Amino acid sequence: MSNTLWIGVIGTSVIAFALKFAGHSVPEKLLSHPLIKRINLLIPIALLSALVAVQSVTAKSSIVFDHRLAGLGAAILALFFKAPFPIVVLSAAITSAAVYNLF
Amino acid sequence: MSRVSSPTFRDSLSVSLTVGAYGVAFGAAAVANGFSVLQSCLLSLLTFSGASQFAVVGVIGAGGSAISGIATASLLGIRNGLYGVLMAPILQVRGLKRLVAAHVTIDESTGVSLSQESRGLKAMREGFWLTGFGVFLFWNLFTLAGALGAKAMGDPSAWGLDAAVPAAFLGLVWPRLKNTTDKTLAIVAAIFAIATTPFLPAGLPIIGTALLAVIAGLWAKK
Repeated sequence: MSNTLWIGVIGTSVIAFALKFAGHSVPEKLLSHPLIKRINLLIPIALLSALVAVQSVTAKSSIVFDHRLAGLGAAILALFFKAPFPIVVLSAAITSAAVYNLF
Repeated sequence: MSRVSSPTFRDSLSVSLTVGAYGVAFGAAAVANGFSVLQSCLLSLLTFSGASQFAVVGVIGAGGSAISGIATASLLGIRNGLYGVLMAPILQVRGLKRLVAAHVTIDESTGVSLSQESRGLKAMREGFWLTGFGVFLFWNLFTLAGALGAKAMGDPSAWGLDAAVPAAFLGLVWPRLKNTTDKTLAIVAAIFAIATTPFLPAGLPIIGTALLAVIAGLWAKK
């Protein structure tokens, strides 16, 4: 596990920098195709949504509905009312902690 | 960077402080997912790209392999490369300065720089450097605070940290959902990830949704 974490930290950092530096060094034409631009906007949406789902209702390789789902519900509610980011995160944490500690 | 025009300075500082403060959420998320305080801080110092950092701790924390964590984070880092393409002709820097510029090429530095267009090239450059360095400073300080705080708390569930992590992801994705394609993709990706979790090795249900994004991109063309 601890090796996995270190490989994750270093590998992510190296590639993150390589991508940034590549952008500063390649000719603009290569990356400005409209299809590439569109897919590039959609990839974060797919990955982040998947992360929200996996972190809310799964544990290891099973589907689990628990206190985290209540927290996510609070976050969705906060976002519907256009709450700023810290309020969204805090309301999820408080709701989830309350359900975890009370039930 | 000789004299800094005050409106650009104000824009940069307010963005740096607000965004940097999210570092608390990252530091806490990293520790809640089993990363040490040192590892959390190194991610903020060296990766320095919020969504990628959250992704690697999220995927590995959920039991995914190092490779799937790195791959997911890297797919999210592609956009920084595209920002570099936009920023290079504006900054016109070489050598060491270009390395530094690349490292601080993120959503916020690019965004502030491009928003200064009406104030001229000099303001665009100042906006980039000030925001890049500003976010770097605050993001790293707040990461340390969040990681130490989470470590002191102990059981992540008792403090709601395990729900704060998906809420942070949701807060990152929500503003990106602008049209029907975006919203449909978000829902389909979430369902796909949950439905495949019992069958696929950890990490794959997340990175697999990148394919859904490609399909959605080809689809939306029509």
